[in-house]
Parts: sequence; C-alpha cells; structure tokens
Amino acid sequence: MAASMKVCKQLLLLNKFLQKLPHSRLLGAHCWKHGLKHQTRSFKLQGPLYHGDYEWQDPKSEDEVVNITYITRDGERIPVRGKVGDNVMYLAHRHNIEMEGACEASLACSTCHVYVKDEYFDKLPEPEEKEDDMLDLAAFLKENSRLGCQIILTKELDGIEVTLPKATRNFYVDGHVPQPH
Amino acid sequence: MNIIQQLTQTMQMPQITWCIARAARLSSKTFRKDCHLFHSSKYNQRKIFVSKGISFFSTSSKTCQHVAIVGSGPAGYYTAQKLLKGHPDVVVDIYEKLPVPFGLVRFGVAPDHPEVKNVINTFTNTAQNDRCNFFGNVELGKDLALKDLRDAYTAVVLCYGAAEDRVLGIPGEDLPNVLSARSFVGWYNGLPQDAQLPVNLDCEAAVVLGHGNVALDVARILLTPTSILEKTDISEHALEALRRSSVKRVHIVGRRGPLQAAFTIKELREMTRLPDTRTVIQRADVDGIDKCLKDLPRPRRRLTELIYKSAVSPDETEVKTWKEASREWRLVFHRSPLQVLQDSNGQVKGIELAVNRLEGDSLQNQRAVATGDREVIECGLVLRSIGYRGLPLSDNLPFNSSRGVFENENSRIKNEKGNSEANFKKLQKMYLFQHLV
Repeated sequence: MAASMKVCKQLLLLNKFLQKLPHSRLLGAHCWKHGLKHQTRSFKLQGPLYHGDYEWQDPKSEDEVVNITYITRDGERIPVRGKVGDNVMYLAHRHNIEMEGACEASLACSTCHVYVKDEYFDKLPEPEEKEDDMLDLAAFLKENSRLGCQIILTKELDGIEVTLPKATRNFYVDGHVPQPH
Repeated sequence: MNIIQQLTQTMQMPQITWCIARAARLSSKTFRKDCHLFHSSKYNQRKIFVSKGISFFSTSSKTCQHVAIVGSGPAGYYTAQKLLKGHPDVVVDIYEKLPVPFGLVRFGVAPDHPEVKNVINTFTNTAQNDRCNFFGNVELGKDLALKDLRDAYTAVVLCYGAAEDRVLGIPGEDLPNVLSARSFVGWYNGLPQDAQLPVNLDCEAAVVLGHGNVALDVARILLTPTSILEKTDISEHALEALRRSSVKRVHIVGRRGPLQAAFTIKELREMTRLPDTRTVIQRADVDGIDKCLKDLPRPRRRLTELIYKSAVSPDETEVKTWKEASREWRLVFHRSPLQVLQDSNGQVKGIELAVNRLEGDSLQNQRAVATGDREVIECGLVLRSIGYRGLPLSDNLPFNSSRGVFENENSRIKNEKGNSEANFKKLQKMYLFQHLV
C-alpha cells in the first residue's frame, strides 16, 4: 500500500511537471489526476505538438494578438495577426510567405534572414553567438539583419515589420554571382 | 529575368509530339531494368508511363512542360521546388545515380551536424508533389545518354555536382594514405563508392591541405572523441577505425594567410571548442591583423577576430582545456605543399612545404609567393581538401576544363540552340549551402 502511495505521489509530481511545460502536450493532464482519485486509468494523450504547430493555432483573445507585417521581395506588404509566442519564421510558413527555413530553426543555416524595422530591432533580445555566426553567412547582410526563426513575438513587438532580403544563400536572383566556396 | 522564369516562359508551347517521343524512349529495355520509382505507390500513373511506354500526356490536349533534373542533391530539389511552384503544369523528373535521393545532404554533411540535414524534410515535401518524380539508380552517361534526355524533355537541368577532386600535382601524391578529403567524407558518411577506402589511422599526426570547411570537417572528425561520434549517424566502419585511431595531432595547412581563409566562423568556433583538444595558432601568423579589423566586412571581421583571439588571448576555459588536452590541431598559414615524403616501406612519413609570403594590395585577392624557405611536417596521413571540379558529359557540350564547368551564359550552355537545354551548373553552385560539406 505504501509503495502504491509512493507511485501515486510520483505520478502527481510528474503531472504537475508536465502541466508546467510550455505548450503542454498533455491536454488531458487534469483527467489523469481525476482518474487517480477514482482508481481508474483513464487519461488521454494528445498527439505531440511539432515545431511550427503552435503557429497554426489562432489567438485565443485580443490580448494575445501581435500584429506583424511581412514585406516580400517584391515590396508587397502582408499584414498578419500573430500571437504572443509565435515564431516569425513558422508564422510566415502558415501564411505562405516565401521565407525559407532549411534547418527548421536549429541555427544551422541563414535562409530565414530578415531585416527588422529599426525601432523594433532595438526591442529584440540580443542575438546569441550562434545566430550571429549564421548571420555572417547571409547574403546582403545589413545592420538590422536577424534570423526570422529567432524572433518570438511578444506584446511589445506589436506592429513589427520584417522585410525579406532579395536573396538568401540558397535562392539567388539572377545576375548575382555568388562567391565560390 | 530570373533563369527559372525564362525557363517556365519558354515552356508555353504545346509539346504533345515530344511527349510521345519521350515515352517511347523511356520505355527502352535498358532503362526499365534499372529504373526504380521512389514512392512508387503514389505515382501509379508515372509507373505506367515508364513501364509500358504509354504517355498519359498524349491523350490530353493540355500543353505539357516536362523538365529533367539530373542529380537529386540540394541543387536538384531546390530547382524542382522552384519550378513546381512557379508553373502550375510543369512536371519534373529527377534522375539520381544512387538508389537514394538528397546527394550531399546525405553524404556530404558531417554526421555531427544533424540539424543541417533537416532540409531533407523540405525536399521530401517537394518529392511528394504529384508532379515530381524520382528515378533512382539511373546514371547519366551509362544508363541513358544526355541526348535521350534532350530529345525527350522540354528542358534538362544538370545538377550532378562537381564529381572530381582538384589534385595538387606534386610528387608522392599517389602514395597510400594520401587521400582526398572528399573520399574521406564519403567514407565516414557511408557513401557506397567510398566504403572500401584504405584509411590508415595508425599514425600520430595528420596533415589536411586546404583552409575550407571541408578541411575543418575532416579534422574535426579525426579529433572528436568517439564517445560523441557514436551518437551520430556516422558509418560503422569509420567509427570502428576511429576508435582504434592513434591520431593526436592534425595540421591544417593553407597557402595564404588568416585574412584569406575560406572556412566560416561556425566551423572554426567548433574546432576551438573540441573537447580534450588544443588549438594552436602561431602568433607570428596573426601579427598585425588586428589593425585592419575595422575595415573588414562583418563576416570577415568576426572570423578574423576569432582567429586572432584564439592565437593571442584565449579565454579562461579555453586556456584550461587546452592545457590539459591530449590532442591538438594546428592552423598553419603561408605554406604550399611541395612533395609528400615516404619512408623505406613506401609509407607516408611527412610532407615538405614551401614557405610563402603574400603579394598584392587587396587583402582578399593577395597571391602567395614562395620565399624559397622550406620546412617539413612529419605525418602519416595526408588529406587533400583543395576543391572540386565538375566533369564534362560525353556529349559534345562546350566544357571549360581548366575551371571544370560548362561554358555558359547566364547558366545556359553556350551554343545550344533552342530552349531544350538549360545548364544550371551555376545555379547549382548557388543552391549549395556553404556549410553542407
């Protein structure tokens, strides 16, 4: 009996821990707790939330909304209603904006390179060393260059504008001769 | 105008007769024998097309644009992706020599850089497009000729990579254990043709010639503890050989200076942080480069700063690791190989190098000129990592053999009449990631 109490306790702790995880994968976590009380084993697992899935959820309330404008290579302005916590690259993918993301936000390429409008650029957290190293590989690097996959929307960034560069390392426009490597 | 736009525009004409011709060609026996379809269940229509020689296009009055892409590496898949997106009707057939797709992403990217391989997911999405077909185990020049493709398709895009190594042309280059870094990469990445590469790691020191990312990759693999490598998808035979390796020292030799090095900062930083490994850069080589830092463009500036810092003022943790390290790598500048030296058994015992100085005003384009001084580095393994060159096809296309590329105008092969042939050699270069290999 004591042993099973111990297991229960551990499960509850685990449950608490899981609930604390960001974008908790266990929607049914409370059911689990409930189930334990009644000595049943009915708990429900939701499928895993993959990278980029979160951006497919619509904002739940107006408080969450962060407006962002993407400016494409052709100069077209695409306003998007994002939400707090959205990754700028995955959000672009959801809205069919041509921002690549070859390495899937793992800081191993520079294909989601964007220019951030100055006033918002200053509000972003400093890039980590790895991001700076990758930006060094970006074509047409500017002072306000960042990697889209490293920008996470916050309320403070409401109204942010990001511009896509005219080329990335993998897609060059014609006439530009890349340096051999 | 973008070359892809050009290509899509030239494909607006009806091409029904071409399709029938194409179908007839593709149904030839030799081709059928060797042809495998990737995701074949998804492409039943295509299967019929290939195996019975019936063109489903021939019954349709729709215009059909059909592009052959030779090579299924990043260049091939990016080209396919752009074509499929840019044109609603175009059908793309990708031909690949190996049975499996993705070329260098699979066989070039270092096993300890799995995140770079994530791009395979994007390529897989492209491959799942109904208008995209993959034909593996088909080699251009052997299973089918370029002429077959040229006759059968609206356009042919050559993305078959640069298959040959540049060679040094020095005495001793053909000794055992003087290897091309490319084959070495193929060896540890499980490329079938390099599985039997005779790599002998029973020596203390290795020399890597070249200052590009491939050079750093092979050096890193030689020095990384196998306890880390065994968690990657490195080939089993390479892992086994590396476990028995006695290589303790790797010299990475380049003919010019720190301001001309071709490797990038991420790879260099990884080298300075290798566990149990010391970084050695001679102070004399970096003397004075801190003065020109501010005039350099940002990527070059940050790279040079890192080289300078590693040589002159490494931080505390680095000093500590380097002091206790049992292995080391040395970044050697201003040296050109003269000959590989052998002992009485015909084994590599060292490499003789000429000491260079740099001439010329513009920093990036300075030339290395021999000073007349020479020196020898003792080593038992030499890896040559001085670049690749493309190979000409057997057909009579204009080829620049000194540069190893087709003569082309804006990526289209010169003197080719009509639009049926577009050469994307250049594009392919653009499409390759810097850090892929």
